[in-house]
Amino acid sequence: MRVLIRGAGVAGMSLGYELTRRGAEVTIADISNGLSGNASWLAGGMLAPWCERENAEEKVLTLGRKSIDWWTELAPGLVTHHGTVVVAPPRDLSELSRFAGRTSGYEWLDGEELASLEPDLEGRFSKALFFRQEAHLDPRHALTRLKEKLEMLGVQFVFSSNTATVDADIEADCTGMASNNAELRGVRGEMMILQTSEVALSRPVRMLHPRIPVYIVPRENNHFMVGATMIESDDDGPISVRSTMELLNAAYSLHPAFAEAKIVETGTGVRAAYFDNLPRVTVAGRKISMNGFYRHGFLLSPHFASEAADRIFEALQEKDFETHN
Amino acid sequence: MPDFYGEKISSSLLLGTAQYPSPKVLAEAVKMSGAEILTVSLRRESSSGGSSGKFWELIRDLNVKVLPNTAGCHSVKEAVTTAKMARELFGTDWIKLEVIGHHDSLQPDVFGLVEAARILSEDGFKVFPYTTEDIVVGEKLLEAGCKVLMPWCAPIGSAKGPVNPDALKAYRAHFPDVPLVVDAGLGRPSHAAQVMEFGFDAVLLNTAVAKAGDPVAMVEAFSRAIAAGHLAYKAQPLEPRDMAVPSTPVIGMAVFE
Repeated sequence: MRVLIRGAGVAGMSLGYELTRRGAEVTIADISNGLSGNASWLAGGMLAPWCERENAEEKVLTLGRKSIDWWTELAPGLVTHHGTVVVAPPRDLSELSRFAGRTSGYEWLDGEELASLEPDLEGRFSKALFFRQEAHLDPRHALTRLKEKLEMLGVQFVFSSNTATVDADIEADCTGMASNNAELRGVRGEMMILQTSEVALSRPVRMLHPRIPVYIVPRENNHFMVGATMIESDDDGPISVRSTMELLNAAYSLHPAFAEAKIVETGTGVRAAYFDNLPRVTVAGRKISMNGFYRHGFLLSPHFASEAADRIFEALQEKDFETHN
Repeated sequence: MPDFYGEKISSSLLLGTAQYPSPKVLAEAVKMSGAEILTVSLRRESSSGGSSGKFWELIRDLNVKVLPNTAGCHSVKEAVTTAKMARELFGTDWIKLEVIGHHDSLQPDVFGLVEAARILSEDGFKVFPYTTEDIVVGEKLLEAGCKVLMPWCAPIGSAKGPVNPDALKAYRAHFPDVPLVVDAGLGRPSHAAQVMEFGFDAVLLNTAVAKAGDPVAMVEAFSRAIAAGHLAYKAQPLEPRDMAVPSTPVIGMAVFE
């Protein structure tokens, strides 16, 4: 069976992997000229379904927790299993209790316990939540490793093209906002990458604030990804001054040493989301769509890719059955 | 029931549209609330200000009146420009006017507010000003052309409920014929019931519903509390007194006093 997947973001490539594992012959086409053209490239890479439950449905937790093993098995060393820390500035401590009330799988830390996990935060927060089971990865590594793995398994990649004409049995659309699906809406996300050797973190830190909750994810080479805004808009233009200030304020209030950090990158992506902010797999004849990952691409792609791959094989078997009768 | 600029509204609950877990939950909350007016923010919810995206379509599909607001505006000029953009985008001359004086406390800049209200009223807008409970500012807003006043009861998003109930009661007494909406600071249904008992015409809710664990159930609780408070106000509750009053008349007993 031959499948053409449009979109080389985390959704398209996860689907490619699940299909290849089941024996399909896969081609992945993407209109941009490389992996960096996708919204996935700008993701935070937090595998944090317990934290996400604060504002997301139970499904995001039950389906999302499986992604930690999926990514861990995909490539050794890719996933860091250090959990997530959640803190709030002193005047917003009630946000921390609210967050705890909506979530599970955490333990409360006092200032000293927090300092033993993250020495650079010593003396900065009197309370924190620690989600021990959570993990994180660098999305750019993950996408690169996934692509290498797929190429090893014989998957063909076609970049800078959306007109790849492959004689495929099935076409899968994983292009997010580019899919022109009328039910999808765009949710703009802005992020930035800071570089400093004066702060070290071992795990993502979420900084609660009533208006804009921000996370700071450590990456290699003293880089920190700070994200991400959530704006009801499909505008993918450059980051706004307001968002820049809010993200930088959060980093600065986490640790004043961020004042001397370099801003090495800013980015804007548009997340594709359905009405309920949950992804969907839809099958119409030989066309399948897997989109709407909202802010949960790395978290939910493994599950939905597996579901979509199963449905593609089922659909084909039914068709074979029909033709043989 | 409230009458805003000649439009009779049958629900005393106005609902904001920000910060819900998903548009689906927002739609369910709107349906449950019976709200006929939804506030939407141009600055906070869309980055380019003028883009009419899918989110607006979803709001329009809810078939309720839209009250655009100028949330996030810090100057008269910014608020006036945003109001004009909103009029174009939503095809309404209603505007919830916010001129924020301080970005952290989100306290209104009442001087800028009065000025912006005058400019917009002269331009034909029907202005719903987000203000403090200061009576003199309220008078200036009416002079500027406002026919509705929306005092806070506590800072935006604070969920504290009426921090100065006497001032709110005085506000009601001072403006007996002006539609009054409590905007900002409500956290619980009991807070809403309380201000409705004071005789306010409506309340505007957003954070208290959107960030509740179950926004749909919370908005139901609020709408019942609002109805109860309004009914209580009409039924003329007793005024508190310092001394006990026997509820059973004590006949035939000598009272020495």
